[in-house]
Amino acid sequence: MSIAITDTPPVGGGLTRIRMAQILLIVALGLIVAKTVLPAGLIRPPEWLVWPFADWINAAFRFMRDDLGLIHVTRAIADGIEWLLDVTANLLYGKSRWPNIGPIPWTVIASSAAIIGYALNGWRLALLSGGTFCWIAIMGQWTWSMETLSVIVVAAPFSILMGLLMGIAAWRSALFEKLLNPVLNIAQSMPHFAYMIPVVVFIGVGPKAGAVVTIIFSVPPMIRMTLLGLKKVSDEVIESGKMSGATQLQLLWSVRIPTARTDILVGVNQVIMQCLAMVVLASFIGMPGLGQKLLQLLQALKVGRSVEIGITIVLLAVMLDRCSKAWAMRQPQHHDKGTPWFVRHRLALIWAVLTLVLLGLAQVVPLFDQISRRQALSLAGPLDAVVDWFIVVVDPVTTWLRWFLIVWVLIPLRDAFLFAPFSAVLMLIAAAGWAIGGLRSAAICVAFFGFIAMSGWWDRAMITVYTVTVSVAIATVIGFPLGIWASRNQARAQRMLLVCDTFQTFPSFIYLIPVVMLFGVNDVAVVGAVVLFAAVPLIRYTIEGLRGVPHEMVEAAEMSGATYGQTMWKVRLPLALPTIMVGVNQSVMFSLFMVIIAAFIGTQDLGQEMQRALSSSDVGKGLVLGTAVAFMGLLVDHLVQTWGARRRALLGL
Amino acid sequence: MSAPEPVISCKSVWKLFGPNADHYFSTLKGAPSFQSIREAGYIAAVRDVTLDIPRGEMLVIMGLSGSGKSTLVRCLSRLIDITGGEVHVDGQDIGALKEKELIELRRNKMGMVFQSFGLLPHRTVLDNIAFPLEMRGQDRHTRRARAMEVIELVGLSGREDYFPRELSGGQQQRVGIARSLAIEPDIWFLDEPFSALDPLIRREMQDEFLRLQRLLGKTIVFITHDFDEALRLADRIAIMKDGAVEQCDRPDRIVMNPATKYVAKFTHEIDKARVVRASALMQPVNGAALTGDAVGSQQTIHDLARLIINDPREAFPVAGDDGALLGMLPRQEAIDVLLGGHA
Repeated sequence: MSIAITDTPPVGGGLTRIRMAQILLIVALGLIVAKTVLPAGLIRPPEWLVWPFADWINAAFRFMRDDLGLIHVTRAIADGIEWLLDVTANLLYGKSRWPNIGPIPWTVIASSAAIIGYALNGWRLALLSGGTFCWIAIMGQWTWSMETLSVIVVAAPFSILMGLLMGIAAWRSALFEKLLNPVLNIAQSMPHFAYMIPVVVFIGVGPKAGAVVTIIFSVPPMIRMTLLGLKKVSDEVIESGKMSGATQLQLLWSVRIPTARTDILVGVNQVIMQCLAMVVLASFIGMPGLGQKLLQLLQALKVGRSVEIGITIVLLAVMLDRCSKAWAMRQPQHHDKGTPWFVRHRLALIWAVLTLVLLGLAQVVPLFDQISRRQALSLAGPLDAVVDWFIVVVDPVTTWLRWFLIVWVLIPLRDAFLFAPFSAVLMLIAAAGWAIGGLRSAAICVAFFGFIAMSGWWDRAMITVYTVTVSVAIATVIGFPLGIWASRNQARAQRMLLVCDTFQTFPSFIYLIPVVMLFGVNDVAVVGAVVLFAAVPLIRYTIEGLRGVPHEMVEAAEMSGATYGQTMWKVRLPLALPTIMVGVNQSVMFSLFMVIIAAFIGTQDLGQEMQRALSSSDVGKGLVLGTAVAFMGLLVDHLVQTWGARRRALLGL
Repeated sequence: MSAPEPVISCKSVWKLFGPNADHYFSTLKGAPSFQSIREAGYIAAVRDVTLDIPRGEMLVIMGLSGSGKSTLVRCLSRLIDITGGEVHVDGQDIGALKEKELIELRRNKMGMVFQSFGLLPHRTVLDNIAFPLEMRGQDRHTRRARAMEVIELVGLSGREDYFPRELSGGQQQRVGIARSLAIEPDIWFLDEPFSALDPLIRREMQDEFLRLQRLLGKTIVFITHDFDEALRLADRIAIMKDGAVEQCDRPDRIVMNPATKYVAKFTHEIDKARVVRASALMQPVNGAALTGDAVGSQQTIHDLARLIINDPREAFPVAGDDGALLGMLPRQEAIDVLLGGHA
């Protein structure tokens, strides 16, 4: 599939990169074969190698919390946030707090959402936004949804502001950027739960903790996008600003930030989506709302009701994503000269009138104000029936699949992963590192995985590695051919990318619904959820990679008489491979996130320990586990990036 | 041109790019070549350039891409700090200016037009043009009034509420030109202003530009990679190669007497008759007997072609704009130019 990568010329001792990797590989295999005669210290990390990181972290946290009195600061901040949360909670679902004017009638919120949708991108978005709120109201999920939304409404602006400021700081100071970069790398590959434990320690549980964890979790992409946007502003635009006599500050606020608008707003979009994903998961630390409801229903295996909630979450996700993206992509448009003011502000006027009318109606007709649970529709009955019927129909298949996967794939593989001595695993990783990036990469990779050995969670970590490996392998088998199929023509590729886009907006929690429905609560369900989640970026990047191959090259191949298959294998795939590998990279990251989340339906890996750390508020353990997961992701990331960079340089892309 | 005080004057200006370029520059002795500097790991974007630009002159800096012409113009406006030498604007050493003074200079004396326009995408035509005025803190009303004036000047009336993306390339560059003129600068830098436009629009914009220049009479530094454009517009042309100025002279003198082989390559394909004016071939009268009507010293040989072919005189008297006799134009030399004879 790929052209053999040319070896770098022999260095130093006369060993090529590949030869060195081969030697390491043979050593690793030797260690596995000779396991029975190995000393125990080579099979599992010996005790002197396992350092008490968790205790150190806990000591540091205790010091910060109690001795430095940081807890008073965090509590004060949390109280401020709680006050804001109470205001939004009062407005959105009538919690009896200041300003005591809520709840706003659902019709007003739905119509406002529709008009915002229309203003951003026309009728279809208006229908989606308005329709989402109508669905929520009619299905009787108003309070839960508003509990969720009220946190997003408070958390997102905080994240955006913090991200913007830190992005600007990183852009101004190269040193700050250098320090921030590894922190962001780790932060973005830490599983959600790792964030929750310190928040529980410092803030407690409930909505305010949910809001704080949401803010912390969603800041990194905003920093990244702000920095990217500011760096991307073209030199000429900045020079034109300078030649216009702008001072440094004027340049920043009047030239750079407005010109970087699109990138910054893409950051806003990511913040909002991260907020939604986190707020749903924050149910684990007592955040009420849709997430909590879904968690309870899933645990009680009430499939119909959980599908209803799932649909709500999906609708909210798609709506928030489409609206914020439309805002980012929106280009300013001028009005013709002499347009009267009521035409210029047509939508604002319609909104004002509609809101007044609906507010009045709500006073008269209670149904326009609120729909109580008893008046609400529910699809749970028919949904359950359909699901039951479906499960009965596919049961032979799923039962067989479950049996086959567990007995013939999952258990043997898990045993194999657990069988391997840790020294052999480290050697294998060193070999991979050396093959791809020489000594430096090998050292980085061993350092990442060495930490996992030293953390004392080797067996758990290996189960996580095994789940991710199996899932990504299955995801590749499904996603890769699907991507190739979809990239055959433009229209199909676009449809498929739209589907992928939509799937990617779903909070990870959602993916558990169908697999629990089909497979129940076991390993197969976990792998199923991870595969679903991980296949999306693979399909996406396969399509983008293949569609991104320059036309001239494809045309040149066709004029050389290549068949479709020859063009695909000899021209398009090799050129698309660097992009496809980005997909694999993301797929691994997503899998790691999902594996940890899936812990609550029963796994024995790091995720389960993470859950335990969460329930006992053990910050040290939580962070060690989180870092271990992050390092797995960063290891793959490092390998793929190094390989991709070299490959691109080789292809001159 | 009787040497009035130059508006811009640069003395052996150097600009090197590379790590720690200032230090490296201080170790240089004599006149190192572009190649030797490159071997040391530096790029000599501007090499020992000395130029004086008198008030009201249009100097065109011509060179291929990578010749350092864009860097040079950025040194003159101090968008880039120079590595060695001095640049004086109106007698002030701009390298010594503090940031505040530099901003003042740009707010009051300089305007610049960019190749890809450098417009702010989120501002309307009017707000883009008023931007420099906004920067210096003028109030909304005066800003608007002045911006409308320049909009009219560049022929964009009626488009003031458009956004840049709603305009064609030519119109966008009109906005760029209008913005650079909003503060009524004395010095006008144009960095390949028409290169991004297609040929027909380019021609139209050049005419427009000449009209503006006749109207405003500013000191202009105009960058281009197009020799024809340079010949059309320039009072003087400076031809650059590898960061150094190969020749700086009037267009017809460059065409008639290219200083180096490199310059000759550009002039080779040029129809000299369209560039060379009578004054360039003019010789002193030295008591020769001249008869008949005089030709204008600013007329090109191409303008005079019919006369030169049909009139049997050996030499034609040449007169200045005021009718005074300046010298004589030998017929044979004019015919040589016309037929593309000797260089």
